[in-house]
Amino acid sequence: MTIDWSAFTPWSALAGGVLIGIAAAMFALLNGRVAGISGVVGGLLRPARGDVGWQAAFVLGLVGAPLVYLLFTGLPKPQIDAQYAALIAAGLLVGVGTRYGSGCTSGHGVCGLSRLAPRSLVATAAFMGAGFATVFVVRHLLGV
Amino acid sequence: MNVFTSLLAGLVFGLGLIVSGMANPAKVLGFLDLAGHWDPSLALVMAGAIAVGSVAFAVASKRKVSLLGAEMKLATARHIDRRLVVGSVLFGIGWGSAGFCPGAGLVALGMGEAKAAVFVAAMLAGMAVFELLERRRQTAVHGSVRDPAGRAA
Repeated sequence: MTIDWSAFTPWSALAGGVLIGIAAAMFALLNGRVAGISGVVGGLLRPARGDVGWQAAFVLGLVGAPLVYLLFTGLPKPQIDAQYAALIAAGLLVGVGTRYGSGCTSGHGVCGLSRLAPRSLVATAAFMGAGFATVFVVRHLLGV
Repeated sequence: MNVFTSLLAGLVFGLGLIVSGMANPAKVLGFLDLAGHWDPSLALVMAGAIAVGSVAFAVASKRKVSLLGAEMKLATARHIDRRLVVGSVLFGIGWGSAGFCPGAGLVALGMGEAKAAVFVAAMLAGMAVFELLERRRQTAVHGSVRDPAGRAA
């Protein structure tokens, strides 16, 4: 392993992380819920009266964030190297996996680890481990 | 539950993903590539988020209602089972193949990225597959155990 110091952005990473933490804190303290993105999106596919409004509002906030960011400064352009077939496979896996696993990077990774929930610790170790392994296979064994 | 605070929380979450660089799949994959040129940034995103989150959840877990009077519905499940582990591994494989987690996909969709739209559509399809399988599983359980007549759920 070599650390890519030119790509490392510690201050913006910390600042963005704090913002994510504030969002999770708002959700827990004001709304009494865990800010789990896959759970909220998945909930919309199982619409329950009384839940659809706040679930849709949360998703709208996420999708609308770039517009608000644009009010302050130019948007960074995301670099998406994956081909369309890989994006479809990845989306399907992320959709099925986060619902069976009851959470993703936000629900388990941020909120769950903040609460020291053993379930979330196991889930985070599992998806991080699988993520490391997948990138290793794709980049270093298959050489894509 | 308050729709406005949900919108605001979603917005702040999305801004955090943009500021941290985590709405950019190339940066996420740079973190997941331990054997290559490793970018440790994502670890600091987690550290910053958990530092704030741990204080908030410590307070929240002691409360019976939220600051706005909503019922506290923080997750209570404690069991570690195959669903949790297999589901999380599948998520990790998907995350590692494109660099998108659900939140990053939605934010990149908001940036107008066509590839993010394809990812989000496939993710919704995957979640719909889960709903169908779950409904079938519950029908099977209710049909054989609770309702021998096999009434459709």
